[in-house]
Amino acid sequence: MGKYSFLSLLKQGLTGHHGWEKVWRQPDPKPSYDAVIIGGGGHGLATAYYLAKNHGMTNIAVIEKGWIGGGNSGRNTTIIRSNYLYDASATIYNHALTLWKDLGQELNFNIMMSHRGVLNLAHDEGEARQLKRRVEANRLNGVASEYLDRHQVKEFCPIINISEDSRYPIIGATLQRDGGVNRHDGVVWGFARKADEMGVDIIQQCEVTNILTDNGAVTGVETTRGTIRTPKVACVTAGHTSVIAGMLDIRLPIESHPLQALVSEPMKPVINTVVMSNAVHAYCSQSDKGELVIGAGIDAHVSYTQRGSMDIIEHQMSSMVEIFPIFSRVKMMRQWGGIVDTCPDASPIISKTPVRGFYINGGWGTGGWKATPGSGHCFADLVARDEPNRIAAPFTLERFVTGDLVAEHGAAAVAH
Amino acid sequence: MFIIQCPYCGERDQSEFTHAGEAHIARPTNSADMTDAEWADFLFMRKNTKGVYAERWNHAAGCRKFFNMVRNTATDEILATYAAGQPMPDVTTDLPATPSGEASIGSGNDAVKVMKEGEV
Repeated sequence: MGKYSFLSLLKQGLTGHHGWEKVWRQPDPKPSYDAVIIGGGGHGLATAYYLAKNHGMTNIAVIEKGWIGGGNSGRNTTIIRSNYLYDASATIYNHALTLWKDLGQELNFNIMMSHRGVLNLAHDEGEARQLKRRVEANRLNGVASEYLDRHQVKEFCPIINISEDSRYPIIGATLQRDGGVNRHDGVVWGFARKADEMGVDIIQQCEVTNILTDNGAVTGVETTRGTIRTPKVACVTAGHTSVIAGMLDIRLPIESHPLQALVSEPMKPVINTVVMSNAVHAYCSQSDKGELVIGAGIDAHVSYTQRGSMDIIEHQMSSMVEIFPIFSRVKMMRQWGGIVDTCPDASPIISKTPVRGFYINGGWGTGGWKATPGSGHCFADLVARDEPNRIAAPFTLERFVTGDLVAEHGAAAVAH
Repeated sequence: MFIIQCPYCGERDQSEFTHAGEAHIARPTNSADMTDAEWADFLFMRKNTKGVYAERWNHAAGCRKFFNMVRNTATDEILATYAAGQPMPDVTTDLPATPSGEASIGSGNDAVKVMKEGEV
């Protein structure tokens, strides 16, 4: 497969762009693999990439029921940050942030990584104290984070409304300057292309319908395209994690909820950073196409329908207009929902299970995108070596029995 | 967005209600004898079913009573509401052809849909 470069672009440009090769193959499933990854989203493809690259496991398959990147990878707001309170979370999210920085180069694919900074707003004294505490905790963990007063916030993001007459006035914010956004499709396609190049089979339009076991160990999967034998199954299916684990009667502390996002009509560049507010629960950035990308909270009920409720949109729009009065006449163009798998402690599960050879990477809830390369990196390590490394170790399924939770709710300045 | 039939007040908008998690989880009576794993199962582990699912709701901005609902989480079709303490009623509904698939009136995400026999 050719390397993408200025020269290849020039050559193709001069010959009418007819010579570009397919970016990955469309193989039929083989009868057996060394490992099968269920789920061809960002995390699943990153897992495949790092399994092949770091652990030499190239006889593996990624099985995707729809199209790669068509689930939550294509539905999130692509916010990247690592300013979490607890050591375990800061470590894994910062590991991901470190990988994001060179990922475009490494994959030879433009992931449009933009380190434009992430602001987390404080609307009252209590929240400001929490955020300052988090800044200090971040610094101890090597996460570059700082606290801005409201005038510094205004200077950093001029369109923000810092009036004291607001219902929820902005009194300060934390800023992580190396946070930002990137291009979700670029990441998915980049991982898929490199994994495919190393021999990984990416099988789309193929759904796993059952997992086969013998004597408490995985022996294969049944799919809509036939049975595949394998000693290792890695489940990376986000909203459907409980459904897949249910095939092995494994109960999980996960509930699946719809999470919505929406985009506005395209505009000239107007907002230079990512702004998130926990108290009024909305977050916003501007894509390179010029659309405002806006997200909010989950619907409280369990659902798999990939659509959210109207009152959530109403709530998030009223929040946005108060923070950015300049947006009051902007039209919203598209709205969609994804299904997020939330854990009671708002931290992921990267874990072995009681069934030998069955591994779970899920429970990322509303904030999985930012972790994509870090998650794939340490999950690949777990699948290859059958034991968690230092980064994955705190996120075992066992923590719900031992009580050693990584309780990031609120502490993470959610609004993920 | 749902229109919910409260067993006590009748049809109301979803915004009057709060969701209160999976239904029919009985609080253990032998808590002193339970293992950590049994506690974890009671506190944290949930069915999270794709399909027919019984859940609790609270009519928070109405009668403030808790009640149960059976809903198809693959389509969001509400199948029954009934008083807390009552057993889950029998229901029939349209389920996806495959475990992670979409039902015929699901989300409209046809990219992941496996058709049933005879379905077009």
